[in-house]
Amino acid sequence: MLAIETIELTKDYRVGFWRKRPQRALERLSLEVEVGEVFGLLGPNGAGKTTTLKILLGLAFPTAGAARVFERDPRDVSAHQNIGYLPENPSFYDHLTAQEFMTYAASIFGLSDRARSRQVGLLLERVGLTDSRNHPLRKFSKGMIQRLGIAQALINDPDLIFLDEPMSGLDPVGRREVRNLILQLKEKGKTIFFSTHILSDAETLCDRVAILDHGKLQGCGELREILEVGLSSTEIVLEKPNRDVIVALEPFASSIVRTGNRVLLTLGVESDLTEVLAEVVRSKAKLISLNPVRMSLEDYFMERVGDNDAPPPGKAAAGMEPGKGE
Amino acid sequence: MIQRIRTIAFHTFKESVREKVLYNLIVFALLLIGSAVLFASISLGIERLLLVNLGLSSIAIFGLLMAIFIGIGLVSKEIDRRTIHNILSKPVRRFEFIIGKYLGLLLTLVVNTAIMAGGFYTALYYVERHLGHEDLLLLDAIYFILLQFAIVVGLALLFSCISTPILSAFFTFCLYVVGNFLGDIRWLGHESGSAIFEKVTALLYYLLPNFSDFQVISQAAHGKAVPSYLLTSGSFYALLYVTVLISASILIFEEREF
Repeated sequence: MLAIETIELTKDYRVGFWRKRPQRALERLSLEVEVGEVFGLLGPNGAGKTTTLKILLGLAFPTAGAARVFERDPRDVSAHQNIGYLPENPSFYDHLTAQEFMTYAASIFGLSDRARSRQVGLLLERVGLTDSRNHPLRKFSKGMIQRLGIAQALINDPDLIFLDEPMSGLDPVGRREVRNLILQLKEKGKTIFFSTHILSDAETLCDRVAILDHGKLQGCGELREILEVGLSSTEIVLEKPNRDVIVALEPFASSIVRTGNRVLLTLGVESDLTEVLAEVVRSKAKLISLNPVRMSLEDYFMERVGDNDAPPPGKAAAGMEPGKGE
Repeated sequence: MIQRIRTIAFHTFKESVREKVLYNLIVFALLLIGSAVLFASISLGIERLLLVNLGLSSIAIFGLLMAIFIGIGLVSKEIDRRTIHNILSKPVRRFEFIIGKYLGLLLTLVVNTAIMAGGFYTALYYVERHLGHEDLLLLDAIYFILLQFAIVVGLALLFSCISTPILSAFFTFCLYVVGNFLGDIRWLGHESGSAIFEKVTALLYYLLPNFSDFQVISQAAHGKAVPSYLLTSGSFYALLYVTVLISASILIFEEREF
């Protein structure tokens, strides 16, 4: 069973004051997210990430195509019984305390008094807000609001959790806590669909990622494949190499950087490593390190969206055809 | 469904009673009712008439201000602060949200009107030194004031779904004023001799909320009971009009994107 499915999902917003014209926010987005996956939706600002989330939550409606959450239309609110959602830059009711707000959220889900009280206490403790539970939300910092947002998203113990920029506004400690929380939820078999533009978070947490840019799917695939297949270069560090070896290695290197008595040579993937190493041995230069540099998510991201005018490069990691969800 | 509507209604009530503007208005209303005692004491022979007129008018005016100022933000504030994203991503149907919001503010107004009515009856007791049967008849007038609030909150809610708070306040207030003169407007159309003007005014008479039939303060001040047929028809009219306003709000809200 799929947790989320979008089929050719297209969304136009009407913009302008007098003569409203359609502006495309999403174009024929097809994605499938399996139950139990941590799926990251990546993209620069304005890529269509939040629009996708809003459609999946029934807050906005598609212009064309369809979306399914647990095989139901997102406008069918019965599907929401099993969903948690953390909005981007969440804003809650200033006049309520954290305890009151969580109780309100729990009441909407129809939790019994006992379950409500237990769940509210448990979640406030989990996000580190127990001591502030009776403070009005207007006195909360951005990070505290973000933590509360995460707590309320879990109030119904949902199977599917949507997180829109979950690390936004958090300090390094808070970010680590949220990362651990997401991993704990994954261990429990929860499906997590989150949007972010912090690539290191996606790299740490996601099973699969999709990259959106200008509303179009630029790539989608397993993170493992992106990171393992995408060998981009090899770095060699030599200590006190003589001038001749540098001259000999120059044709193989895409860059040579000197730092003190060490030289860092970056070799392209096409360079013959055996020949390079033979040259190093011949010159009796001291080899400090040799590192194959694999493609990072950032490299992949920049390759996909870094230059919007350029066509997507032919060289791509396995299983990541643009516009193909699987 | 009922449980979710009740949750949203109580939340709206809690939000409203924590609005500072509400307390300012209640204090002003109670001060005005209190000052009516002073005016009554220097008005020989018409103490009760003056006190009742001034007291009930204060309840009507300040309640109206509460209904408008809190009502216009019922939905628009949730949209502006994006708290609506959070609510509608939970298993809340959009009509449940609208009905809950309406009932929450209505509850606020009922409680505040009860507080103001308590102040009014205290002032009345202070002047008359007793409360008689004719004083209890004043409750009919207070009930009619509440019926007006019910319609005004419905109007504010409808405008809150489609417009900004300032425009919503303007439209709601204009409709309240026009609604108080609908009888006169229709009479004007009838007397004008123009068939088109007469039809237009007749249309307005049936289409716009008619508050002129709810004006029973003066009648109550003179110790006259509100006829029972008027109580029934007024209640039925308010219920019907509120149903139409809430239905229109729901229809608009169902199609809104956030």
